[in-house]
Amino acid sequence: MTAKPSPGSNASRPLSPFMLGQYYRFQISSVLSFGHRLTGMALSFGTLFLAAWVMSAAAGQDAFDQFSACARSPVGLFLLLGWSWSLLYHLCNGVRHLVWDAGYAFEKKNVDAGGWIVVVASLLLTAAVWVAAYV
Amino acid sequence: MAQITLPKNSKIDKAAGKTYKAPAGAKNVRVFKIYRYDPDTGANPRVDTYEVDMDTCGPMVLDALIKIKNEIDATLTFRRSCREGICGSCAMNIDGTNTLACLKGCGDVKGEVKVYPLPHMPVVKDLVPDLTHFYAQYASIEPWLKTDSPAPSRERLQSEEDRAKLDGLYECILCACCTTSCPSYWWNGDRYLGPAVLMAAYRWLVDSRDEATGERLDQLEDPFKLYRCHTILNCSRTCPKDLNPAKAIAETKKMLVERKG
Repeated sequence: MTAKPSPGSNASRPLSPFMLGQYYRFQISSVLSFGHRLTGMALSFGTLFLAAWVMSAAAGQDAFDQFSACARSPVGLFLLLGWSWSLLYHLCNGVRHLVWDAGYAFEKKNVDAGGWIVVVASLLLTAAVWVAAYV
Repeated sequence: MAQITLPKNSKIDKAAGKTYKAPAGAKNVRVFKIYRYDPDTGANPRVDTYEVDMDTCGPMVLDALIKIKNEIDATLTFRRSCREGICGSCAMNIDGTNTLACLKGCGDVKGEVKVYPLPHMPVVKDLVPDLTHFYAQYASIEPWLKTDSPAPSRERLQSEEDRAKLDGLYECILCACCTTSCPSYWWNGDRYLGPAVLMAAYRWLVDSRDEATGERLDQLEDPFKLYRCHTILNCSRTCPKDLNPAKAIAETKKMLVERKG
């Protein structure tokens, strides 16, 4: 049952302010939750990038070289950096969600600790990927 | 659909705010910025500024609100009753998080004390939101003991261990701080039950005396009622009673998985 308050009265009433940041404080828990959403969306676009790369390989040497040149340009590298961090952040935070789904780490102290672990781990893993790619 | 701005009639009219200066000679002045909406004029909401002499005021935000109403501006409207964190009436958004005005010390806030009604709710007047829908959602989970077995001649007994399962659940005072802190509830509150009501539902799910567990789980197994919880955790962080609705919701999801076997 989802009874709505009578529309006659509430239609004219203002909605109280709610916007995150402006009226409701950003907190590590909510920021990382939105980060999970945003990196998820970034990954969807990154997958198109990946598909384009595979297609360029199938299209032949010239197309592949062209794509590689784009990917190695400053803009391409910046996108790849963002995409690799998105992937690793989404992965780490996904593990945190699995822990929650098992019913653990809901105490405020553990929520905060888990959040910082995810942030630091995703940055370290991203750095490791890029070091591995260039060394 | 995620709504990120206020509708036209709800935008705060920055120019309309009034300022009430502290009396001359006041030494310990705090500034309170308080959301005002008057249904009689129908004008857009505004934020009024009140300077309060804290040397003649109690320590809590509720003390300051009562002082403002008594001595500065009698039109300021808010709910309050017990002034000790058990009735849940004075739930509001103070300094960017939801809490009870009677439990929030003015000293815990840095700078101006900003006071708004509970977020994303229809405002009846000033700091008074309309909680009709919230209460209807609470009624929808049938928050009472349901049994099929014949009533015993005395109380239905419970072991100490079973009784302990209700700790951290039964203390909820339904102030709606958690529910109105939840972005999922802001955007899907018409169908998502929200943390307070889901924790109340879990309180009956784990009650050893209740015999309607299956029926209750059937009611909750719904993409919106329960599964709009995305573990954002604003709820547990803001609860003025230090309860953990997010954990109760996770346990409910677990029960639904476990009964599939």
